[in-house]
Amino acid sequence: MAKKVFGRPESLKETYFHYCPGCGHSIAHRLVAEVIDELGIRGTTIGVPPAGCAVLAYNYFDIDMLEAQHGRGPATATGIKRALPDRIVFSYQGDGDLAAIGMAESFHAANRGENITVIFINNAVYGMTGGQMAPTTMLDQRTTTSPAGRNKILDGYPVKVSEIFSQLQGTTYVERVTVNSPASVNKTKKALKKAFQCQIDGLGFSLVEILSPCPTNWKMTSVASCKWIDEVMSKEFPLGVFKDNIAAVKKPAEAAS
Amino acid sequence: MMLKTIFSGFGGQGVLMMGYSLAHGAMSHGYHVTYLPAYGAEVRGGTANCTVAVADEEITSPVSSEPDNLVVMNSPSLTTFQNKVTHGGIIFLNSSIIDARPSRQDIKVYAVPCGDMAQEVGNIRVANIIMMGAFIKKTGVVPADIYLKSLETIMGSKKKSAAEVNRKAFAAGYDFVKD
Amino acid sequence: MNKVLMSGNNIIAEAAIRAGCRFYAGYPITPQNELTEYMAEHMRNVEGGVFVQSESEIAAIHMIIGASATGARVMTSSSSPGISLKQEGISSMAACELPGVIVNIMRGGPGLGNIRPAQGDYFQATRGGGHGDYRTIVYGPATCQELADLTMNAFDLADLYRTPVMILADGMMGQMMEPVVFKKPKPRQYSEKFMLRGAGQGKSKFFRGLILDAIDMEEHNWKLERKYQVIIKKETLHEEYKTEDAELVIVAYGTAARIAKGAIKRLRENGMKVGLFRPITLWPFPELKLRALSKKVKNYLVFELSTGQMLDDVRLALQGYAAIDFHGRPGGVVPTPAELANVIARHYETID
Ligand SMILES: Cc1ncc(C[n+]2csc(CCOP(=O)(O)OP(=O)(O)O)c2C)c(N)n1
Ligand code: SF4
Repeated sequence: MAKKVFGRPESLKETYFHYCPGCGHSIAHRLVAEVIDELGIRGTTIGVPPAGCAVLAYNYFDIDMLEAQHGRGPATATGIKRALPDRIVFSYQGDGDLAAIGMAESFHAANRGENITVIFINNAVYGMTGGQMAPTTMLDQRTTTSPAGRNKILDGYPVKVSEIFSQLQGTTYVERVTVNSPASVNKTKKALKKAFQCQIDGLGFSLVEILSPCPTNWKMTSVASCKWIDEVMSKEFPLGVFKDNIAAVKKPAEAAS
Repeated sequence: MMLKTIFSGFGGQGVLMMGYSLAHGAMSHGYHVTYLPAYGAEVRGGTANCTVAVADEEITSPVSSEPDNLVVMNSPSLTTFQNKVTHGGIIFLNSSIIDARPSRQDIKVYAVPCGDMAQEVGNIRVANIIMMGAFIKKTGVVPADIYLKSLETIMGSKKKSAAEVNRKAFAAGYDFVKD
Repeated sequence: MNKVLMSGNNIIAEAAIRAGCRFYAGYPITPQNELTEYMAEHMRNVEGGVFVQSESEIAAIHMIIGASATGARVMTSSSSPGISLKQEGISSMAACELPGVIVNIMRGGPGLGNIRPAQGDYFQATRGGGHGDYRTIVYGPATCQELADLTMNAFDLADLYRTPVMILADGMMGQMMEPVVFKKPKPRQYSEKFMLRGAGQGKSKFFRGLILDAIDMEEHNWKLERKYQVIIKKETLHEEYKTEDAELVIVAYGTAARIAKGAIKRLRENGMKVGLFRPITLWPFPELKLRALSKKVKNYLVFELSTGQMLDDVRLALQGYAAIDFHGRPGGVVPTPAELANVIARHYETID
């Protein structure tokens, strides 16, 4: 009998993603679903998809989901989590969603140390609306609203979400990863698992920033997009763990129990 | 019966407390009542006032056109409100700090030196309760014992001695105005 | 039944908690701060009660959306500028059919305006306020007792129709005190199937407002509209005061109606036959009741603490049936009953 070595995670519905070929959202979705399966939390997880390319995430994840308005995911997730503290709640957000229109909601949910997980897709553009400049767009990067390249005088600088959020006392776990190679995909899965585990253990706010290719709006091939992450994007947004307070938070929590 | 009273003075003189305690007493006595405080920026800069309506029927408007009674604890309040008082109405004024007297002849005025009297009782903060003693005696809106019971309820579980001081203060004001 | 003397803001909060509200989020703004503070103080003593001071009014409305989706009874409150910020979320609640109560203790506007009582948010409240084809049930209480009763009703209607319900009051209502009796709330009826609590062993579900297919979106719009038609038929409330023999009827709601009643009492004492028509639901507006009254009474004066907003609804109800005039005091001015009585008396003399 043939051994099944690769299958659809239970937490994904029987359907196709609508994402462009080479898009990082597809990989991120699959990883989140695998992690939910492996942690056995499909029945207790409630997800909050954003306005952005991932707006239809509820068509893919086979878990309970509540659509949020653009940028408001962490506020919506706060409401769910506070009302149902024993459920696992995550907000899935793009860079426009998190770092522009929803910066206040994201920042303050993190600062309050809400026991939720934020999955942050940094693709350096507004994907859904057609590749406009995002807060994370690189200096000199051309987008439909920065046709001459992002100009620091006019447009400011790329917002470094992991660096900023790791400075907030309310956050417990912050890591930046990418999905441009098999090795980095594995690493991302580990980061996601750690973030969800952090929440399951009641240890507070976790955020995983995923540098994610958007070949369509970068106007590159999939392969070139992966290379661009290595050669350009990750220079501005270095990968790594920015904060891991899990052990430190755990100790007093254990002592108290 | 429909009786509207404006209480006015500096913030910290317990003006809102006067109105609130009257409203509470009137409610306990079975009357309809509304209590409307001035709020927000109006009370910044140290003035406070409130309007209390007491009636034995539905109170249509909590806003008063011509109050029957005016209780003023400082001079600016007298200036602001004295001409609003209805023909035949009453003004109670804190004569410890208000030198002026209303020029109108069609109203009754009771000058109660409640500031000085409070010093005598031993606590300047009960000047408002002294004034309430005079007010309750002259208007008869609610019986004195009902009012005092409300006052105690409002003060809650604060010290026994405080209740004692309040009662003394109330009696001082009550006795000050002649029958 | 125990009567208590409380301020309007505190009454709304207490009534909400008694009605089973277990999630409140808000952001400070005068003249409704006492409501937020009451919730902060009392929610923590209620089993399962959650209070969050949010970073903005936007965050607050989206927090209650999240909690509402889990099946909690939810409320947020603010005053005019903050309510503008909440519109995105209110529209979203209407779209996703999520229940919740929103309190607007109105102040003078537009812009930052002032913190005095005003009624300039009538259009915003009754026309939906946010984007898209939807309506919000709007209560316009005029007494503290109504604040208590209608707040409780608001939660029931929000559940029944799975829609946001707004309490539209103003700074005067929020600050004033009157004795109230809190009624016993009705037991809650709200089906599990409208709650997101994790899929468990069963099928997953999702709530969303995004409907990309135009035909599907149209169908959703008509579905909402059919619901609104039921609400119009069943939930319209109003009060009539001395209209039986009236020659002139004042149409006013909330604080303005209180002032108007005071004025009418004075005018009646002088033999003028004036009455009051007071909408209690502002949406649905008691259009048919008002039109029915026009069989008897042919002259109307709309009085609002605005430049004339409910006036539009009165015109829709009465245009062609009766003569309509308007008196407005926008910007936070609250006339006394005597002042208003003078205005009405002058008007009364011109009718024949
Ligand atoms: C209030 C509001 N403004 C604008 C939009 C339009 N909008 C939808 S998604 C989006 C940006 C998406 O970019 P990002 O968050 O980076 O996610 P991505 O699509 O790249 O995954 C915008 C501006 C909206 N839905 N709501
Ligand atoms: S536009 Fe970019 S982010 Fe959106 S689906 Fe396509 S590749 Fe992905």
